[in-house]
Amino acid sequence: MEKVQKLEYWRWPEYHRVVPGKDWKNAEIITAGVDVGSVSSKAVIMTDNEVYSWAVLRTGSNSSDSAKKVMGWALEGIGLKLDDFDYIVGTGYGRVNVPMANKAITEIACHAKGANYIWGPTVRTILDVGGQDVKAISCNERGRVTRFLMNDKCAAGTGRGMEVIADLLKIPIDKVGEASLMVDKEPGPVSSTCVVFAKSEAVALLRSGWPKKKVLAAYARAMAIRMSELLQKVGCKEDFVITGGQSKNIGIVTRIEEILGVKRLPVPKWEETGLDPMAAGAIGAALFASALYKKSSNR
Amino acid sequence: MIAAGIDMGTQSVKVAILKDGKILSKGKAFCGFKPKDAAEEAFEEALTNSKLSRDEIRHVTATGAGVDLVSHFDSTISMMGADAQAGVYFFPSARTVVDIGAEDARAVSCDERGTMLDFVVNSRCAAGAGTFIEAMARALEVKLEEMGPLSIKAEEATPINASCVIFAESDVVSLIHRQKSKEKIARAIYAALADRVSSMMHRLGIKPEVVLVGGVAEDVGFIAALERTLGMNILIPEDPVFAGAVGAALTASKRIEKVK
Repeated sequence: MEKVQKLEYWRWPEYHRVVPGKDWKNAEIITAGVDVGSVSSKAVIMTDNEVYSWAVLRTGSNSSDSAKKVMGWALEGIGLKLDDFDYIVGTGYGRVNVPMANKAITEIACHAKGANYIWGPTVRTILDVGGQDVKAISCNERGRVTRFLMNDKCAAGTGRGMEVIADLLKIPIDKVGEASLMVDKEPGPVSSTCVVFAKSEAVALLRSGWPKKKVLAAYARAMAIRMSELLQKVGCKEDFVITGGQSKNIGIVTRIEEILGVKRLPVPKWEETGLDPMAAGAIGAALFASALYKKSSNR
Repeated sequence: MIAAGIDMGTQSVKVAILKDGKILSKGKAFCGFKPKDAAEEAFEEALTNSKLSRDEIRHVTATGAGVDLVSHFDSTISMMGADAQAGVYFFPSARTVVDIGAEDARAVSCDERGTMLDFVVNSRCAAGAGTFIEAMARALEVKLEEMGPLSIKAEEATPINASCVIFAESDVVSLIHRQKSKEKIARAIYAALADRVSSMMHRLGIKPEVVLVGGVAEDVGFIAALERTLGMNILIPEDPVFAGAVGAALTASKRIEKVK
């Protein structure tokens, strides 16, 4: 019998990259940041405060296994061992369950630090859209958090919310952003806040004859409104950046920019440099690791 | 004097026929994609059960989230008003009526005549309504009607992220992978729903007796969880899912009296 494979449209690509042209053997300080999120796990290896290699994969049912797996992947093929690290910081939802970490730091602090590193000291507001939460963070020129607001109680406006619609419409998650912008006229947002109800509403719209793209646009608009509300509450001062998985969702980014009348700083060429907005939390954690190591060795 | 009430819910439509203030018959149909047809079907069923013809019904009052979809009625009443009427009809001592449907939840305070005094509603979040239990039954791969009996077998609940149906769905999958018992997971889900309902009730103020109606009032798991959370006994009428329809029919009866 032919085996039928169920396509998982919500599943985004996992990846591991090494920044070219570097050798850790010349490095003075080797650190890592491991960000175990509710949906994705990220590990960033840094040598002298520059990204050396990093990996992103889906979090499994066990935080500590996910931490080991993602760190193992970031280490793959570069000849480094865990013993070679001066300091490792764990962060994210599962930060207390990162077995190789010397210390755990909240993902709010790490995202601010990471965004400050990726885009520079002019960043004042960060929207981090995670798998099961969304955070609006204000920070100063040193990447220190001055204020933040978080929604981790409700899927509306989170990465999971987008996965649900990708699955329903059978459009791969990394294509939903573009697809949602392919409408002649932007429809009004779906009226339900709750993802469960918004999904039923989307089904009803499809049945009434709306094309998929239009339904997606209405849904994406509702999600963007939800994220924008959080940003407005914290105050969206420029420079503004977006981190987390949805930073790569052009449909969400465009709508937030339009709703708030603020442009985000563009995503840097992350594939070669390692300045990956998806890994901003892990980058921040690795930077904290380096600062903590310096502090402890100066004593 | 014969009166009828139609309650057009989000998932099913219920009809109750009353003769001189006593329930004569009931009818129910699932809305599916043709709610108008379902309303007719439920009405026909109630007529057949009472051996009445449509002409014998003096007044029809409609209620429910989909009241606009009902084609034949003489008047309407709010869902909260219908709940208050029904609650006091079933239990004269009722002062708080809680109605948990598929997609919304309400708590209504009322006086001894069944007049609504105040109310609170949640219709924005699926984690506070019956849909939550349905979604979790699917995630646990058990039948909806097995969820309640399963949950009361557990001595305690497994910690679970149950603030949101979507988050709870993925949490349940990983809990099953970690071989946590379905009983404990089910208990946690009912506890979470009961907590939401109870905090909604606290916003209103809880005056005893408390009557629970709506589809979820048939679920032993939820009843146990709500009683535990509130620390009090809850009254449940026979066929609690028909409360809205009975409340509407009572209103219809009163409106006939008024005209007299």
